[in-house]
Amino acid sequence: MGLEDLHHNFFTGVLEDVVKWARASSSWGANFGLACCAIEMMAAGAANYDLARFGMEVFRASPRQADLMIVAGRLSQKMAPVLRQVYDQMMEPKWVISMGVCASTGGMFNNYALVQGVDQVVPVDVYAPGCPPGPETLIHSILTLHEKIRSGEITRRRAETGAGAGIHLAQVSPRELATSRGR
Amino acid sequence: MSEGRDPKSPGADGGEARGEEARDGAGPETLHGWPVTELFGQRTVHTNAKGYLALMEALYRDGFEACMGVTGVDYLTHPGRDLPEGIEPERFEVVVELLSFSRHERLRVRCQVPADDPTLPSLFDLWPGSEAHERETFDMFGIRFSDHPDLTRILMPEDWEGHPLRKDYPVGHVPVQFKEVPE
Amino acid sequence: MTLTTAPNGPGPKAPDLVKLLKAKTSEGAQEMLSRNEESVRELRFQAGGVLRLPEGVALDYSDVDYEAPDDETMILNLGPSHPSTHGVLRVMVEIRGEQVLRTKPVIGYLHTGMEKTGEELMYHQGATNVTRMDYLSPFFNELAYCLSVEKLLGTEVPERATWVRMLMCELNRIASHLLWLATNGADLGALNMLVYGWRERELVLSFFEKVTGLRMNHNYFRPGGVAADLPDGWRDDVAAICDVVLRRMDEYDDLLTGQPVLQNRMDGVGAIDAATAVSLGLSGPVLRSTGVAYDVRRDYPYLAYDQVDFDVIVGTGGDCWDRFAIRVNEIRESVRIVRQVARAMPKGDYRVQDKKVTPPPRNRIDESMEALIHHFKLFTEGFRVPPGDAYVPVESPRGELGCYIVSDGTSKPYRLHMRTPSFANLQGLAPMARGGFIPDVIACISSIDPVMGDVDR
Repeated sequence: MGLEDLHHNFFTGVLEDVVKWARASSSWGANFGLACCAIEMMAAGAANYDLARFGMEVFRASPRQADLMIVAGRLSQKMAPVLRQVYDQMMEPKWVISMGVCASTGGMFNNYALVQGVDQVVPVDVYAPGCPPGPETLIHSILTLHEKIRSGEITRRRAETGAGAGIHLAQVSPRELATSRGR
Repeated sequence: MSEGRDPKSPGADGGEARGEEARDGAGPETLHGWPVTELFGQRTVHTNAKGYLALMEALYRDGFEACMGVTGVDYLTHPGRDLPEGIEPERFEVVVELLSFSRHERLRVRCQVPADDPTLPSLFDLWPGSEAHERETFDMFGIRFSDHPDLTRILMPEDWEGHPLRKDYPVGHVPVQFKEVPE
Repeated sequence: MTLTTAPNGPGPKAPDLVKLLKAKTSEGAQEMLSRNEESVRELRFQAGGVLRLPEGVALDYSDVDYEAPDDETMILNLGPSHPSTHGVLRVMVEIRGEQVLRTKPVIGYLHTGMEKTGEELMYHQGATNVTRMDYLSPFFNELAYCLSVEKLLGTEVPERATWVRMLMCELNRIASHLLWLATNGADLGALNMLVYGWRERELVLSFFEKVTGLRMNHNYFRPGGVAADLPDGWRDDVAAICDVVLRRMDEYDDLLTGQPVLQNRMDGVGAIDAATAVSLGLSGPVLRSTGVAYDVRRDYPYLAYDQVDFDVIVGTGGDCWDRFAIRVNEIRESVRIVRQVARAMPKGDYRVQDKKVTPPPRNRIDESMEALIHHFKLFTEGFRVPPGDAYVPVESPRGELGCYIVSDGTSKPYRLHMRTPSFANLQGLAPMARGGFIPDVIACISSIDPVMGDVDR
């Protein structure tokens, strides 16, 4: 039996495409929920919004086993070295989503206690706004990231600066979702 | 209580029995010799650093089983506040919130703490639950509690300089475009 | 990889960011030190022996064992980044083998400087700030803040506003306890509960979104009332929520309460006695589990709690099982209160009609010059509050939450301090964890239900 008879049981492709597909479909998150955004992140992973359909139901506590760090919540001065340590322990390729305004820019707390944006500590790939961003916005940011991974645009950090992709998103509301689909 | 003060000044036990309030005719209400004020149904007894521990011990014996909180206030920019007669305003105030289950009563204690020697005796032996609150007051205001078992910073990082909630400590704004940083 | 600091520097006296990032993540003296470095009184506190005994009664120190040589014990660090879903809490435990001797929580990893920020915001903006402290029960933060401000202002809140506040608060208690059930299950290993617990919470959150516009951190309670009236059809939504929650609580009883594995994980674990709990300043379900029937709604009633009928759930043993049972039953009691509130909701204003405190409705601004001026003044200068200080406690799902405001007569609070329940309740961890195993430490943390935004502010 030659390969000619097996043509509907397998497919051929470029190895890199398969790898990118696998990376995008099963990126596991590192457990880095800090404050209120962590609650919305958990809500996104729970029954109603269900991140499992994107392959992300698992939030690994060990950064060695995670690809994607969703920094959910406000980063205080005391926590900044911890964030950096956890980020350094993740293995390449790794991505960072900055969830919420406190993580993106310091939010409404422009004071001595908070680091004004986690991009001062780790390179960020997608910024998701909101206080807190609803699960729809988080899923939108995750899907945006998955698109970029799938197409291979942000697999590697930019070589010269080591910076992340820095994609800024708009907040997604359920009403917007409904109208955009013509419902 | 051998301060040699005359019976009319606060802190002297005078002729009042322990645990009883005195209301001498047209004079103000006192509790263990310290003046009591009332605002919207909340009773506050005012004291100073010298009489603090004795008053707290007396209140503990009176039946205030729980200390719900110890906090500080820095009156640097508001020196002209209302205080009862005989209480000298100082820069700092330590406010203690007491609760009695048996007497079904709440009481607030406000103690004046001078700026040049911001030290008070700790309430740890009376109410161990004041341990964390006193550490926070030390961290935020620099008020030291003598005889506290572990007077270290609790909210700020270990090597932080300064006491953030003091009025001469700036908020720490990062200048943001189009928003004036108030001085 | 280049790291940048903030433009114009991170602010006066802040440490250099690059140096900060290269620093080790140790907090020096804030951590648990070895036995020969700690003072005896602190050793006793960390070992959970906090009870102050009257003179004449000798305290038996033999079980605390201060003379244990260092090489038999180990100090283990849990957190601040760890699988237990209670936020950035770092716990250092001293263990001998598997048994826990001393415990010390190290907090401050979520310190946001909210009390300092509160001094920069005007009174009607203050609710946006305090609502983010205990982010699982934001209405309670707003309620404590608004009650303190109203006490200083001396305003009388209209009846409807009071009852709307009660409705939202009790619904929030249901949502918070459901989330606690979910995370408690996850901590004990019942991971399916983590997924189930959000089902009913989503119902409550979508009701909140309908009323306030946001799922969390609502800024709905303002000094003087609430920001907007309840929408039409709220009674049906609330009735549906109550029915579904009660039905599902029976399902969760099958899933959790009746399971011998869960009972063994929680029964007898983390026991604390009433005298220790009172002397540590604990409150809420933790205190009630030891038998002390202290509930601020009953003992120092606020809003209209003296007009509704509810039970205060009290335990006997002070262990994790009692706290679990208390919270499960508190959900049912809250449903009872919500039903009574929905039946008895009065008509009227949802915000006090004092023009100096409440901004005018938006459509009036086009019609009336006076309304425009009031709107302008309120949102640029704010309303002034007479000088004084006020502390109002409320019963949040975690315990006694109170807001202490000192006002100097201007339109910004001079000092804003929140007495938060989780900050005090965490001190109960040391007595609870002593003698247990490390997974019991996780069970104890979970049963205290700390919210780190509440602890660190």
